Amino acid sequence: MAEPMRIRATMAGDVADVKVLMNHPMETGLRKDAKTGQLIPAHFIQEVTATINGKEVLSADLGSGISKNPYLGFKVKGAKAGDKVVVNWVDNTGDKNSAEAAIG
Amino acid sequence: MNALRRNVLKGATGAGAVAVAVAAGLLKPTQALAAWNKPAFEAKNVGDAMKGLGVSAPADSKDIVIKAPDIAENGAVVPVEVTSNIAGTSSIAIFAEKNATPLVGSYALSGGSEGFISTRIKMGQTALVRAVVNAGGKSYTAAKEVKVTIGGCGG
Repeated sequence: MAEPMRIRATMAGDVADVKVLMNHPMETGLRKDAKTGQLIPAHFIQEVTATINGKEVLSADLGSGISKNPYLGFKVKGAKAGDKVVVNWVDNTGDKNSAEAAIG
Repeated sequence: MNALRRNVLKGATGAGAVAVAVAAGLLKPTQALAAWNKPAFEAKNVGDAMKGLGVSAPADSKDIVIKAPDIAENGAVVPVEVTSNIAGTSSIAIFAEKNATPLVGSYALSGGSEGFISTRIKMGQTALVRAVVNAGGKSYTAAKEVKVTIGGCGG
């Protein structure tokens, strides 16, 4: 059910530049359906974690104020080309997704 | 009437399923431990949201750089980049001060992550985008105004 997520990780000097694009509607729960006038239930990613070679580098809590199809960029010092980046997310309905990529 | 009732029932079983999944250990322990900070994210103003994160009276800092457009034509997608040049930065939180729920995201950095977060946020109206950085047990903050011409929170 969950759509794929894309990760691009590149080295810039000794710092890995990681960019993640998640696929998610990020509904705030405050928006109304244009046709029925009923509120669209909140549906957004709440937690994102990232690891490099199994070591946690980022643990993020997100709110509904993050844009649809969230983009997240971060930089990690000390990583090497070929290291494995794994990103997981969980949303407020318990749905989750995971993706991995090698630093190139 | 019936449709509404069905939705309510669906919602209830959905929430139940999560609780069961946690109880049964289906969710990883790390996910269960790092429970989503509900009070902070549901706070209606910046002060309460900061309190929820355990931050009080952060000091203004010029070492935090917020890169965001001066004018955002579309409040639904506002690119924001926060760079903290403060040594030992352990977490960054981003607020859009006039959103219905101002706290947008809270990022805990570890294992060599630099003080840098780049993302895209929704903004309901022209407001300050505020970053709060925790470093070495202290809190620092900086803000930048973004003018929004079309709001992103609403139909």
